[in-house]
Amino acid sequence: MKILDQMKLFKIRGGVHPEDCKNFAAEQGIVDLPMPPLLHIPLQQHIGAPAQPLVKRGDLVKKGQILARSQGLVSAPVHAPTSGRIMGIGGYPAHHASGLLIRTITLKPDEKDQWGKLPAVASDPFQLLPQQIAQRVADAGIVGMGGATFPSAVKLNLRKRYHIDTLVINGAECEPYLTCDDRLMREKPGDVLDGIQLMGHALGVKSTIIAIENNKPQAQNAMFNAAKDFPDVKVVGLPTRYPMGSEKHLVQTLTGKETPARGLTADLGIVVHNVATALAVHEALRFGNPLISRVMTVSGQAIKKPANIRVLIGTPLSHLVDFCGGFVSELERLISGGPMMGQPLPSTRVPVIKGSNGLLALTVDEAKSGEQMPCIRCASCVQACPCGLLPLEMAANIKAGSLDASVNIGLLDCISCGSCAYVCPSHIPLVQYFNYAKGELASRQQVQHKQGETKRLAEARTARMEAIKKAKREAMLKRKEEMKRKKEQEAKKQKEQAEKQQEDKVEASV
Amino acid sequence: MSEEAFISGPYNHSKASISKTMGLVMLALVPATVFGWYQFGLPTIFLFVITILTALLAEAIALKMAGKPVRTFLMDGSAILTGWLLAMTLPPWAPWWIGVLGAFLAIIIGKQVFGGIGQNLFNPAMVARVALLISFPLEMTLFTSPAPLYSQHSPDLMQSLAITFPGLLTEAQSLDGYTGATVLGYLKIEIGRGVDLQQALGSTEPLWNTFWGNIGGSMGETSAILILLGGLFLLYKRIITWIIPVAMLGTLGGLATIFHLVDPQTYIGPMTHLMSGAAILGAFFIATDLVTSPVSVRGQLVFGAGCGLLTFAIRTWTGYPEGVAFAVMLMNACTPLIDHYLKPRIYGRDKKGQPLIYNEEGGKS
Repeated sequence: MKILDQMKLFKIRGGVHPEDCKNFAAEQGIVDLPMPPLLHIPLQQHIGAPAQPLVKRGDLVKKGQILARSQGLVSAPVHAPTSGRIMGIGGYPAHHASGLLIRTITLKPDEKDQWGKLPAVASDPFQLLPQQIAQRVADAGIVGMGGATFPSAVKLNLRKRYHIDTLVINGAECEPYLTCDDRLMREKPGDVLDGIQLMGHALGVKSTIIAIENNKPQAQNAMFNAAKDFPDVKVVGLPTRYPMGSEKHLVQTLTGKETPARGLTADLGIVVHNVATALAVHEALRFGNPLISRVMTVSGQAIKKPANIRVLIGTPLSHLVDFCGGFVSELERLISGGPMMGQPLPSTRVPVIKGSNGLLALTVDEAKSGEQMPCIRCASCVQACPCGLLPLEMAANIKAGSLDASVNIGLLDCISCGSCAYVCPSHIPLVQYFNYAKGELASRQQVQHKQGETKRLAEARTARMEAIKKAKREAMLKRKEEMKRKKEQEAKKQKEQAEKQQEDKVEASV
Repeated sequence: MSEEAFISGPYNHSKASISKTMGLVMLALVPATVFGWYQFGLPTIFLFVITILTALLAEAIALKMAGKPVRTFLMDGSAILTGWLLAMTLPPWAPWWIGVLGAFLAIIIGKQVFGGIGQNLFNPAMVARVALLISFPLEMTLFTSPAPLYSQHSPDLMQSLAITFPGLLTEAQSLDGYTGATVLGYLKIEIGRGVDLQQALGSTEPLWNTFWGNIGGSMGETSAILILLGGLFLLYKRIITWIIPVAMLGTLGGLATIFHLVDPQTYIGPMTHLMSGAAILGAFFIATDLVTSPVSVRGQLVFGAGCGLLTFAIRTWTGYPEGVAFAVMLMNACTPLIDHYLKPRIYGRDKKGQPLIYNEEGGKS
């Protein structure tokens, strides 16, 4: 019997109902992947500064040992997913559409999978101070595992600057195909709940809401049963609608309040964390395990056996594909994440990173995009936009080269959810326009900043030079005057002396 | 993997397309169209076919001249729809050249001159209709009384050809007595002559007939119920939203009610306004034209209300008995302005575009 906590929900604007395609992988239990021959662990798997390597080529490392430490306020360390030898630190294709080389540690597993010394764990982590929990989460290298990869400890520390009263756990998983959070909630509800409560403790919240879309009744049940003895933890069913998993829209659904533009949900007293992140927090605080593996959905009709797999960070995607039986038909697109907001991958060489929640291999039929036609101003995009923007106008402005005009009508408020492009009958790649414009604006800003800085420095130098010159000139003038005065004085003296001599002479002669 | 493999997502699609949208609109027009064919016989069918074929030809010529892929754009269905809508607003027994000229005006002047599909400021079918009405007032106001197919009044093939292609056949055909004015046209004349409205109404078709459509009028405008059905189908399929039709018909009906209550001798009642002429066709199929109407909800409200207001004003105080085409075109001209001023509120911002500020409990400490 399904009973959930009842709560008044609020409607969000726009949104779409893509076919959820979750049945491919939803009934596949989480399985472990065999050890890959090589692991490629990028130093940058999170938002913020890349980690600083602590090992060098040839080092032998143990499982869970820190490989690179976090650098700066917003950063995260990376750890060895298994025991083995460091083969090198160098450029390797990134888990990114560009496939650019980024600094990556290559580790050859020794097949022993031997744990190193893990930090001691408290017998009751709920006795720890909030900052101690946040510190442990930071040390474990935990980042937002829903895909955003923002360092979780930074979010746990938001209590210092904001008054936080509610923790929301995002179990919406509104992207089609993806089922990894669904499986985690079904298979490990107790562990997930423990992680959630630890985060709640760290944030000092009064209540916790676990929000799960209504297309995951089993996950809802499992979490509800796990949480039924805790009155301050509510499990709430969400209407199935994309982009329900967008943090700001999830909070609006639950509270009816909109997060202020350019602000955080913390402005409303709410922090949102992902289900997989909660599990990672549980493992870090109960067992001292750093974040070295994650659960990922491999799906799409081009893959033989869709699955939910626990994989080590750094596993090449090709290893996952092989494990799932390889490709059965011609591959049209390879996507990291879901089909709505995921990004295309250049090849299966790239490694799994902390934020990878899915690998989709789509066939031509699944990913077919119709021929692009001119905009017919049908306003489907305006109706679909959850942010109240005018995608057609923004794209028209960007196409015409006036990026500033597109900013004025809200480009920077766009969350790139893709609802507009999903419904566009003219198949206009609206998100591509927006991403281009955002990137272009960022680089322009950088150039402008650089120019500004250069100008500032040049002006400062000129001013400095002027000042030196002026000082010199003044000093010179001063000296000249002094000399003149001296001369005059001397002249006066001489004159006086001469006069004196004269007088003496006169006197003498007299 | 395809060449565009690295374009941004989403990598799935609602499967909507322009041709699908146009197809559904045409499907919605089918009942009223078929009724029009039945009602006015072969000459109407000739005119309908001629108009659509010419629209396609004009589109093909324009696309060729512009160097655009002819096949792709012809297949989107927009030219057929424009021709179709134009044919529906023409007098059913109009000669062939009205259809040909109208279709050329619609496609070339109304649409392609602006840059083709999606670029036009005015509804192409209305551009053509208004141009024809101003240039050929006689031919454009010769409305036939119904002569249903297979009835004794229905013209046979030769007579039909003579109607559509006047002068083609030497044998003079007797067509007298088949034409009459529309309800709105008749009332306008009678009111103009100083006849009491109630008296004039006594000699028009009963309202019930305008509802079903067995009255004289443009080919596809007579049956209010069938057009309404088509419109509801479009609403159900979410091709259009309720906003423009409701705003337009609501304003028209509301104004008519107020004026009719104040002075029933001079002002036509709301039901006659709504059921006659192009009001319903205009509200569901013409004012809702995607390209030329505003994109935001508030904008569509203003647009629809404006169409209703102008339709009422033109019908009531100008020399034209019917004003939907003029009204829609005038509002089309306002669309860019409406779109500029009435934008939706952006998430997390107030109406002025400033970020929201929360001061109550739970806000920033």
